[in-house]
Amino acid sequence: MSYSDKVIDHYNNPRNVGSMDKTSADVGTGLVGAPECGDVMKLQIKVNRETNVIEEAKFKTFGCGSAIASSSLATEWVKGKTVDEALAIKNMDIVKELSLPPVKIHCSVLAEDAIRAAIGDWKKKQEAAQPVAATVAQ
Amino acid sequence: MSTDVKVPQQLTATHVPAPKGVKLPIYMDNHATTPMDPRVLEEMLPFFMEKFGNAASRNHSFGWAGEEGVETARERIAKLIGATTKEIIFTSGATESDNLAIKGVAEMYREKGNHIITAVTEHKAVLDTCKRLEKYGYRVTYLPVQKDGLVNLDELKRAMDDKTILVTIMAANNEIGVVQPIAEIGKLCRERGVIFHTDATQAIGKIPIDVNKQNIDLMSISGHKMYGPKGVGALYVRRKNPRVQISAIIDGGGHERGMRSGTLNVAGIVGLGKACAIASEEMSREAMKLSGLRDRLRDRIMNRLDETYINGTMEHRLPGNLNISFAYVEGESLLMGINDIAVSSGSACTSATLEPSYVLKALGTGDDLAHSSIRFGIGRFNTEAEVDYVADRVIETVERLRELSPLYEMAKEGINLADVKWAGEAH
Repeated sequence: MSYSDKVIDHYNNPRNVGSMDKTSADVGTGLVGAPECGDVMKLQIKVNRETNVIEEAKFKTFGCGSAIASSSLATEWVKGKTVDEALAIKNMDIVKELSLPPVKIHCSVLAEDAIRAAIGDWKKKQEAAQPVAATVAQ
Repeated sequence: MSTDVKVPQQLTATHVPAPKGVKLPIYMDNHATTPMDPRVLEEMLPFFMEKFGNAASRNHSFGWAGEEGVETARERIAKLIGATTKEIIFTSGATESDNLAIKGVAEMYREKGNHIITAVTEHKAVLDTCKRLEKYGYRVTYLPVQKDGLVNLDELKRAMDDKTILVTIMAANNEIGVVQPIAEIGKLCRERGVIFHTDATQAIGKIPIDVNKQNIDLMSISGHKMYGPKGVGALYVRRKNPRVQISAIIDGGGHERGMRSGTLNVAGIVGLGKACAIASEEMSREAMKLSGLRDRLRDRIMNRLDETYINGTMEHRLPGNLNISFAYVEGESLLMGINDIAVSSGSACTSATLEPSYVLKALGTGDDLAHSSIRFGIGRFNTEAEVDYVADRVIETVERLRELSPLYEMAKEGINLADVKWAGEAH
């Protein structure tokens, strides 16, 4: 099995590896996959609450070279996008960019899931932080 | 408080440089196949262009030369395993030998019974053959193995009944190198009047095999696992005490005493014979050298890295085999990081079917550790310098990948991964 140059590049020089404080109100954390499957991705985003722009993204992945490359690429792509723009990222975009063979398409699906999970987690935090509106219509 | 963790420098892949005398890439996958020993090639060469006759051509010197080469090889193989020449049949390899042994016994003894016993860690050549026989109405018991990889003799005893006609258990496992108690299994079978076949592909030439001392009735042998050529193997078929008969699975001419038709691969057979002759001479010295190298590799890696686990018992194991799981790091990504070294992994990602190693599963190794396993097969041509280099490259790659691993991070935070509810779990 030979890898595309882009996969090899991401593997040798992964972008945005690391962790953010997951308790922070501006951070969304997505943890997808399972160790028994051989694939676990953690993707975190830091969102500017005024502009909804993803200012920072970090990842960590347990998985094959294609999984590492897919999640590394995902962090590159979400940075600078708004949350809604990031939700539009599709796994097939990742497949095309990295030239993933059919047997590795599931890695790109997991990366897309990770983006969604991180955004979902951030959104939940924003909703929870809403002041309880005292709308008592008399 | 900063939301960013300082990224360690070693995340970018760098390499320990190869020391002088180490030629890259390094081959350390000798359970998959072996390079041919130059002495084997030299022995084979005349049989391609000068002594090219068909060994079955009885009437001219070309045929006689071929026949002589074949019979010399037959003697050498017989000598290595304590058999007689009449008990050696040549095949295209161990897969064919396994098929011939199992199907051959099943058909020949079908009036006597229809029950076959094997083990879950056998090679697919045995397992798939058994699966096919099940379709034809044979009953097959697949014995589990213990955590150390060994078959339990009491379980084997209990599994045998009056319809059992064959037990087939491999002498040494290709993934974890574990060596089964062949003599005891053979003795049990002899007492019960059950034929005992062993797939000795990985064992021949590496550990002593004696068909009489170990009570073996049928045995599969492969050329390319012992520094011989690919495409040739042999099947030992006992003639005395007791006499074992098998039905042929290939018809056409009645070669090899009617058991395996087809023009003999003379050059290949000569190569297999030479490989066996070399093994007869050098096996015990080589085994010491290989286990020394293997232990060196193991210690160098395990002294440096924590949370590494050896799969299968070290006590009954092929001298050159090491199979280690590196927790929190996936096997294929590890292989990618040591891409100047040839080894293999039990990870699902490295298999065409995306299934993790069934052998590791059978040991009770969790799927996550199965995905994290690497098999090293040290062989005749590996050196100490290579072993040190391989160990160092494995260490640096594992360390780098652990920095990338969310599982390692969670473990270091004190989280018990077994307690986590994973998003991808139900599937």
